[in-house]
Amino acid sequence: MYCLWCHEEIITEVHWGNLIHLYRPKRLCMNCESQLIKIQGDLCSICSRVSSVKKCADCLKWEDYEESPIKFNASLYTYNSFMQEVVAKWKYRGDYQLAKIFQYEFEKEYSKKFSFLTKKKPVVVPIPLSKQRMTERGFNQAEVLADFIPLQKDHVLERLHGEKQAKKTRYERISTENPFILRKSINKTVILVDDIYTTGTTLRHAARLFKGNGCPNVYTYTLIRG
Amino acid sequence: MSKQKVALESLVSRQFAGKLLLRNEIQLEDKQFEQFLADGVLRPSPSIVKQLISAICQRCGNRKKYLFGRLPCKQCNQNHLYCRKCIEMGRVMECEPLYYWNGKEVVWPIIDQPCTWEGELTALQQRASDRIVSAITNKEKELLVWAVCGAGKTEMLFPGIAEALRSGMRVCLATPRADVVQELLPRIRNAFKNVNIQGLYGGSEEKTGNAQLIISTTHQLLRFKAAFHFLIIDEVDAFPFHNDPSLPYAAKRSLHSTQSTTIYLTATPRRNQQLRLWMKQLPHVFVPSRFHGHPLPVPILKTCTSLKKDIQYNRVPYSLLNWMRKRISPHRQLLIFVPTIELVEQLYKNSLVQLPQQKLLTSKDRIMCVHASDPERKEKVQLFRDKKIDILITTTILERGVTFPSVDVAIIDASHRVFDEAALVQIAGRAGRSPDDPKGEVVFFHNGKTNSMVHAIDAIKSMNKRGGFI
Repeated sequence: MYCLWCHEEIITEVHWGNLIHLYRPKRLCMNCESQLIKIQGDLCSICSRVSSVKKCADCLKWEDYEESPIKFNASLYTYNSFMQEVVAKWKYRGDYQLAKIFQYEFEKEYSKKFSFLTKKKPVVVPIPLSKQRMTERGFNQAEVLADFIPLQKDHVLERLHGEKQAKKTRYERISTENPFILRKSINKTVILVDDIYTTGTTLRHAARLFKGNGCPNVYTYTLIRG
Repeated sequence: MSKQKVALESLVSRQFAGKLLLRNEIQLEDKQFEQFLADGVLRPSPSIVKQLISAICQRCGNRKKYLFGRLPCKQCNQNHLYCRKCIEMGRVMECEPLYYWNGKEVVWPIIDQPCTWEGELTALQQRASDRIVSAITNKEKELLVWAVCGAGKTEMLFPGIAEALRSGMRVCLATPRADVVQELLPRIRNAFKNVNIQGLYGGSEEKTGNAQLIISTTHQLLRFKAAFHFLIIDEVDAFPFHNDPSLPYAAKRSLHSTQSTTIYLTATPRRNQQLRLWMKQLPHVFVPSRFHGHPLPVPILKTCTSLKKDIQYNRVPYSLLNWMRKRISPHRQLLIFVPTIELVEQLYKNSLVQLPQQKLLTSKDRIMCVHASDPERKEKVQLFRDKKIDILITTTILERGVTFPSVDVAIIDASHRVFDEAALVQIAGRAGRSPDDPKGEVVFFHNGKTNSMVHAIDAIKSMNKRGGFI
């Protein structure tokens, strides 16, 4: 095996654990893996940002404006400089295979955070890309992530215009109009999946659409909390 | 109409001649692009060629299976191969061809007086530069220019470049790192004032690459095919050219024809090049002494048995302190090389505490540390150059291509594997580069002599011998 990031050969130590069980292949070498930092500690109960109070300042600010359409957001990793490099290569350069790095952990974290929903049979909806961006990249990173979750997926959203959020300031992001349209309403619990939650504007736009069309609860699940 | 077309074609031909590009690197409207394709002036060629069990990326020559990925292509509804090796330069996919120019051949202008440099070469430099000029006029394929660190390689190239431009050739000077391109560009622009020159590197402002004289990083050669009549590859022995097979592949492809000349520049030829020299397969010219005519400083080995312990217990190695106290000329700046980034930071922290105590440092802001991922890397190196800092702790990033007039050099843990023979010779070559202070001390602190250290010292001594010293 070779590390997906630095291409160094990975030499796995043979021990009873991986000798007896079918072990999952390692995607990253020790050194690269240690640079992926999971979100830990006290988190904001809504957006999963590291915060000592129950609701962080950002979420309180949102509440002045509207009742949060998102029940809560769960995220896996912090957006450190290593993660920024990985995401840039994965999304913008289009290195599709890099998604495999996150496969196992993304699935595991899902069952940890959202297992309480199993009885309600939630629907997973990935955040779409605009048509233009889709032809540019050839794949949708949110869809790839959603495919890691062993649940029914429904591509009911469509993106009309999609300028890159990453290049905008906070104010510009919040004050943009809704870029999505809903092709079919869903009356089950929805879990929106995206790669990164930064200010939450994109996800809130999508969630608002679902709430307005008879969906009881919307949760969001993102790989990274920016 | 047809006249207009011809005019447009000749304008575009300069832009695309000698390139191998993806569709999204070709700045043409779809309609115009289709027209060129239909006329056959732009030709597609397969980007990834599949063989029986392997595949080859036609842009970077990658054959390694683990450096290919598969991607479900939305346009063709198929799982396609893409190259992960050269993805930083835009994704090469199996279903998207690479395009090359097949229209009229570009005639590059013949420039009568290209060189406006007025300096003078030393006798040794002159000999080497005459050899380069004769290699061009005789259309020799390859020539290795082996010049010791600080021989003044760039200036030696000027007559050769001038000769090539006078004969209407297209010239490229490829060097391993973007920093060096940025450093060379103003110097070359100054020496060739009447020539259109472009600098290409990842993130450079000029991206077109349609000039007659191009200064680029070796990676940028991946976008060229059949372009240059005269190609100079700087530091052939260095990372990444030495380690990455796609760069020699790209360099070879970027040559215009079999009559093109390639010049390799190096101070420390690798084993395989030395072997080819020895077997007389690779013609070469040797410049054995520095432009100021003084020998290379020979490194001194200092054993430091407590090295690992000192590092572990957050101490500045004892022998380093001892040596610093006894330096012959303490007014020289000091460059300390260490093998890893962690050690850079650790040694920096320890030095901040211990050096002022020992009165080896006047104030705490006269010492700094730098490594590859340091955002202020450029500024810190500049501060050192301006003599605002006395001591700079660094990784191997400052091993080559940089000149500080008057420094002493120390390597901590010289037995580490990052310090191979070439690296050690290069690092030793940082000392004594100025004619005003042609000497400098070079000390290797180690806890066990390695072959690289012995070979490096032997190499330096033998170069001095060939230069007529001793």
